[in-house]
Amino acid sequence: MPAQRSSYRQGLRLAIPFAIAVSGFGITFGALAHATNVDLLAIVVMSATTFGGSAQFAAVSVLAQGSSVGAAVVAAVLLQARYVPMSVAAAPAFTGPWWKRLLLGQLIVDESWAIGNRGDGTFDRAKIVAAGALLYVNWVLWSFVGAAGAELLKDPRALGLDAAFPALFLAILWPYVRERRAALAAALGAAIALVASLFVPPGVPIVVATVACVVGLRR
Amino acid sequence: MTATWTLVGALGAATILIKASGPLLLGGRALPAWSIGLLRMLAPALLAALVATNVLVAGNSLVVDDRVIGIAVAFVALLLGAPTLLVVVLAAVTTALARLLLL
Repeated sequence: MPAQRSSYRQGLRLAIPFAIAVSGFGITFGALAHATNVDLLAIVVMSATTFGGSAQFAAVSVLAQGSSVGAAVVAAVLLQARYVPMSVAAAPAFTGPWWKRLLLGQLIVDESWAIGNRGDGTFDRAKIVAAGALLYVNWVLWSFVGAAGAELLKDPRALGLDAAFPALFLAILWPYVRERRAALAAALGAAIALVASLFVPPGVPIVVATVACVVGLRR
Repeated sequence: MTATWTLVGALGAATILIKASGPLLLGGRALPAWSIGLLRMLAPALLAALVATNVLVAGNSLVVDDRVIGIAVAFVALLLGAPTLLVVVLAAVTTALARLLLL
Protein backbone atom coordinates (compact mmCIF):
# COMPACT_ATOMS: atom_id res chain seq x y z
CA MET A 1 0.00 0.00 0.00
CA PRO A 2 2.38 2.74 -1.18
CA ALA A 3 -0.40 5.37 -1.16
CA GLN A 4 -1.04 4.72 2.52
CA ARG A 5 2.64 4.77 3.37
CA SER A 6 3.03 8.20 1.78
CA SER A 7 -0.03 9.30 3.76
CA TYR A 8 1.69 8.23 6.98
CA ARG A 9 4.84 10.07 5.99
CA GLN A 10 2.88 13.18 5.06
CA GLY A 11 0.99 13.09 8.37
CA LEU A 12 4.28 12.89 10.26
CA ARG A 13 5.83 15.74 8.32
CA LEU A 14 2.81 18.00 8.80
CA ALA A 15 2.80 17.29 12.54
CA ILE A 16 6.43 18.28 13.13
CA PRO A 17 5.85 22.06 13.49
CA PHE A 18 2.94 21.37 15.85
CA ALA A 19 5.08 18.98 17.87
CA ILE A 20 7.74 21.66 18.26
CA ALA A 21 5.17 24.28 19.25
CA VAL A 22 3.52 21.94 21.74
CA SER A 23 6.76 20.92 23.44
CA GLY A 24 6.80 24.25 25.31
CA PHE A 25 3.25 23.53 26.45
CA GLY A 26 4.33 20.11 27.65
CA ILE A 27 7.23 21.48 29.65
CA THR A 28 4.96 24.15 31.12
CA PHE A 29 2.33 21.60 32.06
CA GLY A 30 4.85 19.29 33.69
CA ALA A 31 6.39 22.13 35.66
CA LEU A 32 3.08 23.69 36.76
CA ALA A 33 1.49 20.38 37.69
CA HIS A 34 4.54 19.53 39.73
CA ALA A 35 4.42 22.95 41.39
CA THR A 36 0.84 22.20 42.50
CA ASN A 37 1.94 18.97 44.20
CA VAL A 38 1.07 16.44 41.51
CA ASP A 39 3.85 13.86 41.59
CA LEU A 40 5.98 12.88 38.62
CA LEU A 41 4.33 9.54 37.90
CA ALA A 42 0.81 11.01 38.08
CA ILE A 43 1.83 13.72 35.62
CA VAL A 44 3.14 11.22 33.09
CA VAL A 45 0.11 8.93 33.48
CA MET A 46 -2.20 11.92 33.07
CA SER A 47 -0.47 13.05 29.88
CA ALA A 48 -0.56 9.50 28.54
CA THR A 49 -4.27 8.92 29.21
CA THR A 50 -5.80 12.37 28.85
CA PHE A 51 -3.53 13.68 26.06
CA GLY A 52 -5.20 17.09 26.02
CA GLY A 53 -3.29 20.15 27.12
CA SER A 54 -6.12 22.52 28.01
CA ALA A 55 -8.06 19.88 29.96
CA GLN A 56 -4.96 18.84 31.90
CA PHE A 57 -4.10 22.45 32.73
CA ALA A 58 -7.70 23.07 33.79
CA ALA A 59 -7.79 20.01 36.02
CA VAL A 60 -4.57 20.94 37.78
CA SER A 61 -5.42 24.65 38.16
CA VAL A 62 -8.92 23.97 39.51
CA LEU A 63 -7.43 21.51 42.00
CA ALA A 64 -4.79 24.09 42.94
CA GLN A 65 -7.57 26.60 43.69
CA GLY A 66 -8.55 24.25 46.48
CA SER A 67 -11.65 22.76 44.90
CA SER A 68 -12.98 19.23 45.13
CA VAL A 69 -11.72 16.50 42.81
CA GLY A 70 -15.23 16.23 41.36
CA ALA A 71 -15.28 19.84 40.19
CA ALA A 72 -11.79 19.49 38.69
CA VAL A 73 -12.80 16.36 36.78
CA VAL A 74 -16.04 17.90 35.50
CA ALA A 75 -14.30 21.10 34.33
CA ALA A 76 -11.60 19.11 32.51
CA VAL A 77 -14.01 16.60 30.98
CA LEU A 78 -16.10 19.47 29.62
CA LEU A 79 -13.00 20.81 27.87
CA GLN A 80 -12.49 17.39 26.32
CA ALA A 81 -16.13 17.31 25.18
CA ARG A 82 -15.20 18.94 21.88
CA TYR A 83 -13.69 15.61 20.89
CA VAL A 84 -17.14 14.03 20.73
CA PRO A 85 -18.18 15.85 17.53
CA MET A 86 -14.60 15.65 16.20
CA SER A 87 -14.32 11.90 16.70
CA VAL A 88 -17.83 11.36 15.31
CA ALA A 89 -16.88 13.35 12.21
CA ALA A 90 -13.73 11.27 11.67
CA ALA A 91 -15.45 7.97 12.54
CA PRO A 92 -16.08 6.69 8.98
CA ALA A 93 -12.28 6.59 8.39
CA PHE A 94 -11.78 4.22 11.33
CA THR A 95 -12.34 0.58 10.35
CA GLY A 96 -11.23 -2.78 11.71
CA PRO A 97 -11.74 -4.57 15.05
CA TRP A 98 -13.18 -2.62 18.00
CA TRP A 99 -9.96 -2.56 20.02
CA LYS A 100 -8.10 -1.06 17.08
CA ARG A 101 -10.74 1.64 16.63
CA LEU A 102 -10.63 2.36 20.36
CA LEU A 103 -6.84 2.64 20.45
CA LEU A 104 -6.40 4.62 17.25
CA GLY A 105 -9.25 6.93 18.27
CA GLN A 106 -7.06 8.08 21.17
CA LEU A 107 -4.73 9.69 18.64
CA ILE A 108 -7.38 12.24 17.71
CA VAL A 109 -6.27 15.67 18.95
CA ASP A 110 -7.00 19.10 17.52
CA GLU A 111 -3.90 19.10 15.33
CA SER A 112 -4.04 15.51 14.05
CA TRP A 113 -7.75 15.91 13.35
CA ALA A 114 -7.05 19.03 11.31
CA ILE A 115 -4.17 17.34 9.45
CA GLY A 116 -6.30 14.31 8.60
CA ASN A 117 -9.23 16.43 7.43
CA ARG A 118 -9.42 16.20 3.63
CA GLY A 119 -11.61 19.30 3.57
CA ASP A 120 -14.54 17.54 1.86
CA GLY A 121 -16.04 16.02 4.99
CA THR A 122 -13.90 12.86 4.79
CA PHE A 123 -10.79 11.94 6.75
CA ASP A 124 -7.47 10.23 6.05
CA ARG A 125 -6.91 7.79 8.89
CA ALA A 126 -3.22 7.25 8.09
CA LYS A 127 -2.56 10.97 8.48
CA ILE A 128 -4.49 11.19 11.75
CA VAL A 129 -2.63 8.18 13.15
CA ALA A 130 0.83 9.31 12.05
CA ALA A 131 0.39 12.90 13.21
CA GLY A 132 -1.37 11.82 16.40
CA ALA A 133 1.31 9.27 17.31
CA LEU A 134 4.10 11.82 16.93
CA LEU A 135 2.18 14.41 18.97
CA TYR A 136 1.39 11.79 21.63
CA VAL A 137 4.98 10.70 22.22
CA ASN A 138 6.06 14.35 22.08
CA TRP A 139 3.45 15.42 24.67
CA VAL A 140 4.21 12.67 27.17
CA LEU A 141 7.96 13.19 26.80
CA TRP A 142 7.95 16.95 27.32
CA SER A 143 5.52 16.91 30.22
CA PHE A 144 7.90 14.42 31.88
CA VAL A 145 10.84 16.74 31.19
CA GLY A 146 8.93 19.70 32.64
CA ALA A 147 7.95 17.80 35.77
CA ALA A 148 11.44 16.40 36.28
CA GLY A 149 12.90 19.87 35.79
CA ALA A 150 10.47 21.36 38.30
CA GLU A 151 11.66 18.96 40.96
CA LEU A 152 14.83 20.99 40.96
CA LEU A 153 12.89 24.19 41.69
CA LYS A 154 11.96 25.16 45.21
CA ASP A 155 9.42 27.99 45.37
CA PRO A 156 7.20 28.11 42.24
CA ARG A 157 5.43 31.28 43.44
CA ALA A 158 8.68 33.24 43.56
CA LEU A 159 9.18 32.36 39.92
CA GLY A 160 5.67 33.57 39.05
CA LEU A 161 4.65 30.10 37.89
CA ASP A 162 1.11 30.58 39.20
CA ALA A 163 0.75 33.55 36.84
CA ALA A 164 1.59 31.22 33.97
CA PHE A 165 -1.76 29.41 34.29
CA PRO A 166 -4.11 32.26 33.32
CA ALA A 167 -1.60 33.50 30.72
CA LEU A 168 -1.68 30.10 29.10
CA PHE A 169 -5.49 29.85 29.16
CA LEU A 170 -5.65 33.28 27.57
CA ALA A 171 -3.23 32.14 24.87
CA ILE A 172 -5.35 29.06 24.12
CA LEU A 173 -8.50 31.19 24.12
CA TRP A 174 -6.97 33.80 21.79
CA PRO A 175 -7.64 32.20 18.37
CA TYR A 176 -11.26 31.40 19.33
CA VAL A 177 -12.34 34.95 20.05
CA ARG A 178 -11.74 36.15 16.50
CA GLU A 179 -15.17 34.71 15.85
CA ARG A 180 -17.84 37.01 17.28
CA ARG A 181 -20.03 34.33 18.77
CA ALA A 182 -17.10 32.65 20.49
CA ALA A 183 -16.02 36.03 21.90
CA LEU A 184 -19.52 36.45 23.28
CA ALA A 185 -19.42 32.97 24.83
CA ALA A 186 -16.04 33.81 26.38
CA ALA A 187 -17.21 37.14 27.85
CA LEU A 188 -20.36 35.53 29.20
CA GLY A 189 -18.44 32.55 30.58
CA ALA A 190 -16.00 34.80 32.42
CA ALA A 191 -18.80 36.98 33.86
CA ILE A 192 -20.83 33.98 35.02
CA ALA A 193 -17.75 32.39 36.63
CA LEU A 194 -16.87 35.59 38.52
CA VAL A 195 -20.38 36.06 39.88
CA ALA A 196 -20.68 32.37 40.76
CA SER A 197 -17.37 32.40 42.62
CA LEU A 198 -18.91 34.69 45.22
CA PHE A 199 -21.35 31.98 46.23
CA VAL A 200 -20.01 28.50 45.44
CA PRO A 201 -16.79 26.61 46.27
CA PRO A 202 -13.75 26.92 43.94
CA GLY A 203 -13.97 24.90 40.74
CA VAL A 204 -17.76 24.94 40.59
CA PRO A 205 -17.85 28.40 38.87
CA ILE A 206 -16.01 26.87 35.91
CA VAL A 207 -18.71 24.25 35.55
CA VAL A 208 -21.50 26.83 35.95
CA ALA A 209 -19.86 28.98 33.25
CA THR A 210 -20.63 26.35 30.62
CA VAL A 211 -24.16 27.77 30.55
CA ALA A 212 -22.56 30.46 28.37
CA CYS A 213 -22.41 28.04 25.46
CA VAL A 214 -26.13 28.67 24.85
CA VAL A 215 -24.96 31.50 22.59
CA GLY A 216 -24.10 28.68 20.20
CA LEU A 217 -27.80 27.96 19.82
CA ARG A 218 -28.67 31.15 17.98
CA ARG A 219 -28.57 30.91 14.24
CA MET B 1 -2.11 12.27 46.66
CA THR B 2 -5.21 10.06 46.58
CA ALA B 3 -7.15 13.06 45.28
CA THR B 4 -4.61 13.47 42.49
CA TRP B 5 -4.87 9.84 41.43
CA THR B 6 -8.68 9.96 41.51
CA LEU B 7 -8.45 12.97 39.20
CA VAL B 8 -5.96 11.28 36.88
CA GLY B 9 -8.02 8.08 36.75
CA ALA B 10 -11.41 9.70 36.23
CA LEU B 11 -10.19 12.20 33.65
CA GLY B 12 -8.20 9.56 31.79
CA ALA B 13 -11.12 7.14 31.64
CA ALA B 14 -13.54 9.85 30.52
CA THR B 15 -11.13 11.01 27.81
CA ILE B 16 -10.61 7.53 26.45
CA LEU B 17 -14.39 7.07 26.17
CA ILE B 18 -14.86 10.50 24.61
CA LYS B 19 -12.18 10.02 21.97
CA ALA B 20 -13.28 6.49 21.16
CA SER B 21 -16.95 7.47 20.97
CA GLY B 22 -16.98 8.23 17.26
CA PRO B 23 -14.79 5.42 15.90
CA LEU B 24 -16.16 2.86 18.37
CA LEU B 25 -19.89 3.50 18.20
CA LEU B 26 -19.63 4.68 14.61
CA GLY B 27 -22.94 4.57 12.84
CA GLY B 28 -21.49 7.40 10.75
CA ARG B 29 -24.46 9.47 11.83
CA ALA B 30 -23.75 13.14 12.34
CA LEU B 31 -24.75 14.99 15.51
CA PRO B 32 -27.73 17.35 15.22
CA ALA B 33 -26.66 20.83 14.14
CA TRP B 34 -27.84 22.53 17.34
CA SER B 35 -25.61 20.38 19.54
CA ILE B 36 -22.54 21.10 17.41
CA GLY B 37 -23.17 24.82 17.91
CA LEU B 38 -23.27 24.27 21.67
CA LEU B 39 -20.15 22.10 21.76
CA ARG B 40 -18.17 24.61 19.71
CA MET B 41 -18.87 27.34 22.25
CA LEU B 42 -17.91 25.14 25.21
CA ALA B 43 -14.15 25.68 24.92
CA PRO B 44 -14.16 29.51 24.71
CA ALA B 45 -16.67 29.79 27.59
CA LEU B 46 -14.64 27.45 29.80
CA LEU B 47 -11.27 28.98 28.97
CA ALA B 48 -12.50 32.50 29.69
CA ALA B 49 -13.96 31.30 32.99
CA LEU B 50 -10.58 29.78 33.86
CA VAL B 51 -8.75 33.01 33.05
CA ALA B 52 -11.18 35.11 35.09
CA THR B 53 -11.20 32.88 38.17
CA ASN B 54 -7.42 32.36 38.14
CA VAL B 55 -6.81 36.12 38.05
CA LEU B 56 -9.59 37.68 40.11
CA VAL B 57 -10.89 35.13 42.59
CA ALA B 58 -9.52 34.35 46.04
CA GLY B 59 -11.70 32.07 48.11
CA ASN B 60 -15.21 33.43 47.83
CA SER B 61 -14.37 37.02 46.94
CA LEU B 62 -13.09 39.04 44.03
CA VAL B 63 -9.70 40.67 44.49
CA VAL B 64 -7.33 42.66 42.33
CA ASP B 65 -3.74 41.81 43.27
CA ASP B 66 -0.35 41.11 41.67
CA ARG B 67 -1.89 38.41 39.46
CA VAL B 68 -3.35 41.17 37.28
CA ILE B 69 0.16 42.20 36.23
CA GLY B 70 0.91 38.82 34.68
CA ILE B 71 -2.33 38.60 32.71
CA ALA B 72 -1.96 42.20 31.48
CA VAL B 73 1.51 41.37 30.15
CA ALA B 74 0.17 38.19 28.55
CA PHE B 75 -2.63 40.18 26.88
CA VAL B 76 -0.22 42.70 25.38
CA ALA B 77 2.15 39.95 24.24
CA LEU B 78 -0.72 38.15 22.50
CA LEU B 79 -1.83 41.40 20.84
CA LEU B 80 1.70 41.72 19.47
CA GLY B 81 1.49 38.18 18.13
CA ALA B 82 3.96 36.55 20.52
CA PRO B 83 4.12 32.72 20.49
CA THR B 84 2.46 30.88 23.38
CA LEU B 85 5.61 29.86 25.20
CA LEU B 86 6.92 33.44 25.17
CA VAL B 87 3.55 34.72 26.44
CA VAL B 88 3.64 32.32 29.37
CA VAL B 89 7.28 33.02 30.22
CA LEU B 90 6.75 36.81 30.07
CA ALA B 91 3.72 36.59 32.37
CA ALA B 92 5.63 34.48 34.88
CA VAL B 93 8.79 36.59 34.80
CA THR B 94 7.00 39.95 35.21
CA THR B 95 4.92 38.57 38.07
CA ALA B 96 8.05 37.23 39.77
CA LEU B 97 9.81 40.58 39.29
CA ALA B 98 6.81 42.52 40.59
CA ARG B 99 6.73 40.35 43.72
CA LEU B 100 10.42 40.81 44.21
CA LEU B 101 10.19 44.61 43.90
CA LEU B 102 6.88 45.20 45.69
CA LEU B 103 7.56 43.06 48.74
